[in-house]
Amino acid sequence: MAENVTPRVRVPKSAKPGEDITIKTLISHPMESGQRKDKEGNTIPRSIINRFVATFNGETVIDVTMEPAISTNPYFEFVAKVPEAGTFEFTWYDDDGSVYTDKQDIAVG
Amino acid sequence: MNLTRRHALAAGAAALVLPRIAWADATADAISAFTGGADVAEGSGLTLTAPEIAENGNTVPIEVDAPGAEAIIVLATGNPNPDVVTFHFGKLAGAQRASTRIRLAETQEVVAVAKMSDGTFQRASREVKVTIGGCGG
Repeated sequence: MAENVTPRVRVPKSAKPGEDITIKTLISHPMESGQRKDKEGNTIPRSIINRFVATFNGETVIDVTMEPAISTNPYFEFVAKVPEAGTFEFTWYDDDGSVYTDKQDIAVG
Repeated sequence: MNLTRRHALAAGAAALVLPRIAWADATADAISAFTGGADVAEGSGLTLTAPEIAENGNTVPIEVDAPGAEAIIVLATGNPNPDVVTFHFGKLAGAQRASTRIRLAETQEVVAVAKMSDGTFQRASREVKVTIGGCGG
């Protein structure tokens, strides 16, 4: 069970209509790979975030499938088109069933 | 915590030495699972950016960029499991470009395959030298 999972997202406050903007996301998570062993030699079970989705007003921007080879505190940077004012929604899906979300509004003008 | 990351990773590295030959097959399998067995061209439509030398294999920055791609898969040929990440680009992706940070167990070739919108596949690869592996080193 991952604790203190905190999503952090950087989205510009405003954009021109149709502009492409860069979004950066980071979420604190140990991303236990399932490859490591504890000092008794027992494998530490895998516990990662396996999927990340970014949408804008319900339309998909990017959908990422993640494997254990993604580093601790998964970071993504990608480009989104902003056709109108609205809300970005970011969702991370944990192996343990937890879902972490964040929202950011953006103005157009 | 008595168990340091270094110890755990060193133990992992010892287990990783033998099945090296199997990894190439695992990579090929992962690519054909992504492409459905279609031909993959060594094309200029996909750019994979990765450092030539990564001091810390636990966090290696990479970027993939394939204008017009629907999806891009990234594979680490020298990791215990070659799958790393798959990006699916939606309608509102302003560019088919994404960066992240990945784990590399050792010096190895990182491979990216892009599914283009016309259904063809393009491949790019980069050799990354890892000083301290994300799995021991």
